[in-house]
Amino acid sequence: MSVDTGRIPEWIPQGARVLDLGCGEGHLLAELQTTRAIQGLGLELDPEKIATCLRRGLNVVQQDLNQGLSNFKANQFDTIIMTQTLQAIRRPDTLLDDMLRVGREAIVTFPNFAHVKNRIQLGIFGHMPVNPQLPNPWYDTPNIHLSTFDDFEALCDQLKIQILNRDTSNLSGQRSWLGTVWPNLFGEVAVYRLTKEH
Amino acid sequence: MTDSLGVVTPFSVAFEKPLTLERGGTLPRYELMVETYGTLNADKSNAVLVCHALSGDHHAAGFHTDQDDKPGWWDHYIGPNKPIDTNRFFVVSLNNLGGCSGSTGPLTDNPETGAPYGPDFPEVTVSDWVESQARLADHLGIDRFAAIVGGSLGGMQAMQWAITYPERIGACVMIAAAPRLTAQNIAFNEVARQAIMRDPNFFDGHYAAHDVIPASGVGLARMVGHITYLSDIAMGEKFGRQTPRSDRDAEGANFAVEQYLRYQGQQFSHRFDANSYILMTRALDYFDPTDNERIPLAEVLRQTQCRFLVLSFTTDWRFSPARSEEIVNALIHAERPVSYTRLESTHGHDAFLIADPTYESIFKAFMDRVSDDVGATDER
Repeated sequence: MSVDTGRIPEWIPQGARVLDLGCGEGHLLAELQTTRAIQGLGLELDPEKIATCLRRGLNVVQQDLNQGLSNFKANQFDTIIMTQTLQAIRRPDTLLDDMLRVGREAIVTFPNFAHVKNRIQLGIFGHMPVNPQLPNPWYDTPNIHLSTFDDFEALCDQLKIQILNRDTSNLSGQRSWLGTVWPNLFGEVAVYRLTKEH
Repeated sequence: MTDSLGVVTPFSVAFEKPLTLERGGTLPRYELMVETYGTLNADKSNAVLVCHALSGDHHAAGFHTDQDDKPGWWDHYIGPNKPIDTNRFFVVSLNNLGGCSGSTGPLTDNPETGAPYGPDFPEVTVSDWVESQARLADHLGIDRFAAIVGGSLGGMQAMQWAITYPERIGACVMIAAAPRLTAQNIAFNEVARQAIMRDPNFFDGHYAAHDVIPASGVGLARMVGHITYLSDIAMGEKFGRQTPRSDRDAEGANFAVEQYLRYQGQQFSHRFDANSYILMTRALDYFDPTDNERIPLAEVLRQTQCRFLVLSFTTDWRFSPARSEEIVNALIHAERPVSYTRLESTHGHDAFLIADPTYESIFKAFMDRVSDDVGATDER
């Protein structure tokens, strides 16, 4: 599930140290290396995707995010990015905590399960949603922890995570007027920029 | 991966400047047996040094004659269009000091006595090898290697290069390596050494004077080593509980695996010098860039300036993925650029020598980038 990087580059300072969790084929890291001259590192599980990243000249370490980030030092990165992966993590809460230990800021995007399309599929037709953003059937999906804007903000509150920015976009990275006004109902992709007092 | 280098020719380089060794002693002069593949470009920026493991040598790729049926030990990964692409890189491979394939070692005459060094050859370390390799680079006119690559003990040499000569190495590739040996690893080496030393034909290393070789001891050492280079799965797949093959000597062997190990041991005992084997395993045991944890590995690696690729194999228990991950995590802590993959394989430690599409794809992706970075173009 790839989503256009949208506003994310705007939040990355020039020359920042960036860690991308689940970096895939490294599109975002490559873009940030060109436009922001970042020092980037990606974590990815799939060797084929790692090979693609290496061909792009990126640094990638094969690591399972479910094992946490204990091999990284506190504040080792300026920004930790995790796009469309939170919902596939065994314990999103502990990983979020770990991300804001290792990074000064975190940028997290995930599919908003409360989006109107999902509500119609579940609430009216009575089926678990299957759509371009959540393409898998319920019995065979990596997306084991689906949440909504409201759920996520409640978790941030509980973990004492401060929300610096909240944004929403559709799958191609564009913002919609309705999504901005009423994200929990009309935002397809939830985009958050987070920090924590250390 | 069908492209081959064809016939390659080794050559010897002599060094007359004495080499002072880390553990004491000096070699007044020495020779290194070398092979090179590909062409050194005009600005001499496309050189890659390949470092060999315990029982390897300079013959890393290609064939020595037209009739040769066995290529060099890393032929899967060195050659035209292979990960270490000889159309783009100039590859340097050598037999390390203390070896027995043509470089100065226990089989060489000691200039002071006129007789072979034998057991009196001074102990050499990974750092000594790096020093001798740096002098070889000087001799070849190479200021800086685009990459230094090695598997197992070869990976340790690549790491030592990055530490000792940070400005002379652009990329460091460590495959199935470890930052230093564990007690278990030293123990395996000690069993191998004891097997050799207890052979009645060893004569405290002076077997040449008696016109014999401790073939039984070296063979036994190799058998132990061989078991640790394979995995339980690999041995199961290859031999299972099959009975010995009828086309080879199987005297007293109940199972194919016994016959195989004996054969491997026997072949090796005639190929490899016993004193060299002891020397090489000691170098492996001594390697410890942390100086017995006096300096954390991350601190040692902070002074490096190159990019790193670290690869491990899932069923390698001699140098397990966890050992490679120690290196990776130290590099992460040192904020050095590192990439890492734990490759799926059933072949144990030996996997680093064996053809595998994913291994090849990752290795090649990294090396292609290295060649782009130094502007090494396809020379065909």
